[in-house]
Amino acid sequence: MTAFTTLLGLGASLACALGAMAATPVMAQEMEKCFGVALAGQNDCAAGPGTTCAGTSTIDYQGNAWTLVPAGTCTTMELPAQADGTARMGMLEEQMRDLPA
Amino acid sequence: MPSDHARFTAAFDAALRGGPLPPGVTGPEAERRFAVYRNNVAVGLSAALAQRFPVIHRLVGADYFAALAASFGAIDRPRSPVMAEWGAGFAAYLAGFPPLAGWPWMADVARIEHARGVAFHAADAAPIRPERLATADPATLWLGLHPSVIVLSLHHAGVAVWAMNQPGATPGPVPAGPQIALILRDPSWSVPVTAISPADAAMIAALPNGSLTAAAQAAQAVQPDHDPQPLLLHLMRSGSLTDTETAP
Amino acid sequence: MSHLPATPGVGFKPQHFAAILQDARPVGFFEVHAENYLGAGGLPHAQLTALRADFPLSLHGVGLSIGSPHGLDRDHLTRVRALCDRYQPDSFSEHLAWSSHGAEYLNDLLPLPYTPQTLALVIDHVDQVQTALARPILLENPATYLLFQQSEIPETQFLQAIAHATGCGLLLDVNNLYVSEVNHRRDPWAWLDAFPLDLVQEIHLGGHATEDLPSGPLLIDDHGSAVADPVWALYAGAIARQGPLPTLVEWDNDLPDWPVLTAEAARADAILRHAGLAHAV
Repeated sequence: MTAFTTLLGLGASLACALGAMAATPVMAQEMEKCFGVALAGQNDCAAGPGTTCAGTSTIDYQGNAWTLVPAGTCTTMELPAQADGTARMGMLEEQMRDLPA
Repeated sequence: MPSDHARFTAAFDAALRGGPLPPGVTGPEAERRFAVYRNNVAVGLSAALAQRFPVIHRLVGADYFAALAASFGAIDRPRSPVMAEWGAGFAAYLAGFPPLAGWPWMADVARIEHARGVAFHAADAAPIRPERLATADPATLWLGLHPSVIVLSLHHAGVAVWAMNQPGATPGPVPAGPQIALILRDPSWSVPVTAISPADAAMIAALPNGSLTAAAQAAQAVQPDHDPQPLLLHLMRSGSLTDTETAP
Repeated sequence: MSHLPATPGVGFKPQHFAAILQDARPVGFFEVHAENYLGAGGLPHAQLTALRADFPLSLHGVGLSIGSPHGLDRDHLTRVRALCDRYQPDSFSEHLAWSSHGAEYLNDLLPLPYTPQTLALVIDHVDQVQTALARPILLENPATYLLFQQSEIPETQFLQAIAHATGCGLLLDVNNLYVSEVNHRRDPWAWLDAFPLDLVQEIHLGGHATEDLPSGPLLIDDHGSAVADPVWALYAGAIARQGPLPTLVEWDNDLPDWPVLTAEAARADAILRHAGLAHAV
């Protein structure tokens, strides 16, 4: 393929993309529809922490991350098989052996 | 020479970290009363980190996360009262935390979650008008990117792990291979995370630096049969393309 | 100086935004933490802009660390000034507390001994804040769990001296006063008697939690429940003496549905209206 035909093909593809975008009047409608959803506070997980001027009566869990073992969903999410075909198993055991004395 | 008050706050801070009570505090219940402040700081910082990194919280569980937050907070405390800006160093901390070495994709997820917060709070920018696109010549159209657009080259399949830990999703085996994450804030204020190809990433990187045609060529340099349309549509629907001066 | 109306307001939470829009008569004003609106853009500013268009606004700082011995964070002050310029709040308030050590921020309002030295320090810092923000501020009494032997000045006098020296107003947090005085085994009403109510320009109300110590209850200012009855009684006493004042209901933990929060505001409204009638006579 020559540089010329590559450019030509690209040009057609881009023109098509621009046309498709312009023909899809999503912006205004989605803005309005989703504004209502967002205003209900459904996106707050990306907002991150807020500040506080209050104390807490929740008691801190004083665990040690060096000696604890994770107990969330990561325990069911293992690494893909290694290049040699063996699955990566026994992570917890390896990790426990790696602990500082 | 530090003032009495400087010595007092230094001693108070040391006590928050587990040292003896600051000077002037006495009484049989002083330890228990001081523990209110110690607890406020510990829980406050741990809860703040959990809000910024909800998927990490889900991955390791609440108790482990609290312990992890304490160990991270001990070496990387907030440097600003804007709590939403804390946590930039958490991904690197996880990557270097030996007990989590068995989950090497954990740091990728933390990078994604931190980027989502940055995108959520990024500056506003008006998207390009569709009619302007319709009449534009790709060879001279110079698009800008919304300030919320972030592309992350991950070491593992972090996007997949993140997606499998969203509400309603079921965690499963982690796919092989590195992923590239596209993070942006859309017109509904949502901050979706999508995996994109290396060619898509090349196109996004090239977009602010030249014409649309030049950006598409940058993608084809990575992947000769790359079709720019799906990515452009995604960016357009997300309000992520902005209008800049037309290239000369 | 505060230009808030002498009506009930509430602390704004994004979770309540949709309910607020649908409420024909929500509240008299909203208060937000300045530090939660220092991002560049996005949903927080869209919501605050919409609220500001329809309601009086109070900006409440939690991170200026006015009681810190290490000087104020100039960058942070500059950002807060820009926020004030953008939203033109009817009031800006902060706490008599410290929350940073060196460059590190501790995310809690920590107590300081009340001495001539700390008094001079706080006066200097309040002056600096008021100069940087180009407006008088309100300073809030803290909830405390400890006393210090080195404290020489009663809290009420300490706050009064700051207000007289700097021209700042005071924000009376009735829950804080109750929590502190119960924790220190003193009479909350005596604190109120000694407090310069004429300098108060806003009142805060909030809930607290209770733990048991051998010597009695230890109250924790957690803003996680309804305002307690003894706090309502102190509030009614303060309003009866001073007349109606802008009154904020704070609820930050275990956030309730909007109607629960407005019910608290309505309770404050009844007290304000009763006092308004009495003062009008």
